[in-house]
Amino acid sequence: MANMNEMYVDVLIIGAGPAGMAAGIAAREAGLENVLILERENEIGGILKQCIHNGFGLHRFKEELTGPEYAQRDIDRMEELGVAVQCDTMVIEIDSGKRVTAVSRTHGVQVFRAGAVILAMGCRERPRGALAIPGTRPAGIFSAGTAQKLVNMHGFMPGRRVVILGSGDIGLIMARRMTLQGAEVLACAEIMPYSSGLNRNIVQCLQDYDIPLLLSHTVVDIRGRERLEGVTIARVDEKLQPIPKTETEYACDTLLLSVGLIPENELSKQIGVELSAVTQGAVVDDTLQTSIDGVFACGNVLHVHDLVDFVSEESAKAGRAAADYLLGKRRAPSESIPVADGSGVRGVVPQRLCKPANNAQASGVRFMFRPDRVYQNVKVEVLDGKHTVKSVKRRILAPGEMAEIPLSAGDIQSLSGNTVTVQIME
Amino acid sequence: MKQTITCINCPIGCRMTVETNGDEIVNIDGASCKRGADYAKQEAVSPRRMVTAVVNVPSCQTPLSVKTESPIPKDRIFDCMRAIGNAELKTPIRMGEVVCENVCGTGVNVVSTRDLP
Repeated sequence: MANMNEMYVDVLIIGAGPAGMAAGIAAREAGLENVLILERENEIGGILKQCIHNGFGLHRFKEELTGPEYAQRDIDRMEELGVAVQCDTMVIEIDSGKRVTAVSRTHGVQVFRAGAVILAMGCRERPRGALAIPGTRPAGIFSAGTAQKLVNMHGFMPGRRVVILGSGDIGLIMARRMTLQGAEVLACAEIMPYSSGLNRNIVQCLQDYDIPLLLSHTVVDIRGRERLEGVTIARVDEKLQPIPKTETEYACDTLLLSVGLIPENELSKQIGVELSAVTQGAVVDDTLQTSIDGVFACGNVLHVHDLVDFVSEESAKAGRAAADYLLGKRRAPSESIPVADGSGVRGVVPQRLCKPANNAQASGVRFMFRPDRVYQNVKVEVLDGKHTVKSVKRRILAPGEMAEIPLSAGDIQSLSGNTVTVQIME
Repeated sequence: MKQTITCINCPIGCRMTVETNGDEIVNIDGASCKRGADYAKQEAVSPRRMVTAVVNVPSCQTPLSVKTESPIPKDRIFDCMRAIGNAELKTPIRMGEVVCENVCGTGVNVVSTRDLP
């Protein structure tokens, strides 16, 4: 028996960050009337709201925007199209029948029955607890994104003398932000022998302000009772183990952690979506559909991106795919071909290709992945079994930048059905 | 004068050595493409940066985010931050509105990057 209080929506999107916004716009543009986005924060825009630095939108808009400006473009478009968003609303449960339960102060408990669900929850920062640093537990230790929110959204400086652990882009951006807003940043320690951040950020956020980047170094001790008083940084060996007698003490009141991002898939696990151990996101096919019929995933909840432009592009594709699914335009797949990581390749997405039935209209696909290290002057190849179907030259591949290789509709049509492998050839 | 400059155009991050005589480029070493050489020239003679910042507005819980409309000379960044901090702001402010005209005589305006109702 249908529950009277259940509300039907064509597409229910979880999260109104850049992924959810682009998916909602695309689903609406593809002809769906009833698109709803649920957002747990009080504003639309997700992480873009606190990213006040510039550099967003170069690919999509051919200009350099700040985060809030980039978000506003999508917010304006959503208003034009009538994409509904309900903020301050937390989704607490999804079942495999695409029934979504959400709670909010204004509406209490709501139950939605969705024709299709798009997972667009984004990612979280890896916390201190995941690092096992010895020492005390004083105040003054923040993830870089938390500090960014405090400074940029609340106008509150979390500290005056700062050490940064990890050289991810958010950590680098925060080194500059803290410096410009009046703090002293003593050092940025990176356990790996290379930074995972962009060269642009290493130059413009650290070198411009004479902040040392300590490669192959990590924090080995944290001191302070109520408030952080200092940290000890030591050099590490090839096995990433601290080398005795290389310790240096830094007196500081703040430690920022920029040590990785993890897709936030609690809801996906609840519905039973198959997840990849490498990307920590859903396993999807070339329409971004997960292992559950009518449930799609896009953006950082699928795999952590470097550029919001590509999040928007991917998510628009998920929005269109959800519309095709509901409007019955989806080609009937005749078989599903697995896609595997070959040598040098980590976390290729999508992990499955649906080979369309004979005569059905196919579209191409773009495989995205990260190389496992830096490569110069190599070929990226797509193999069908052992036979190469596509090969492109790449001058440089680095783990800090997502790489890609496209495959045309014709290429897909010609696949034999064996496992497809994406690999790097030196 | 010789300067070492790390290229920011791609992940290779070429280390380039630029030799200058005043504002004149004498020699560039280590660039592996034209974009890199152009960047090194600009960086050696007159490095410029976009500046973004937040500034507290009286009686507003959320600070205002702002940016320079175009890059300003790198050695004026902290002057620019001081000028932004001293700006007298009143709501409502619209995205794109000028909050600091011709900041520090650079010929560049500082504008708001969000609406603050």
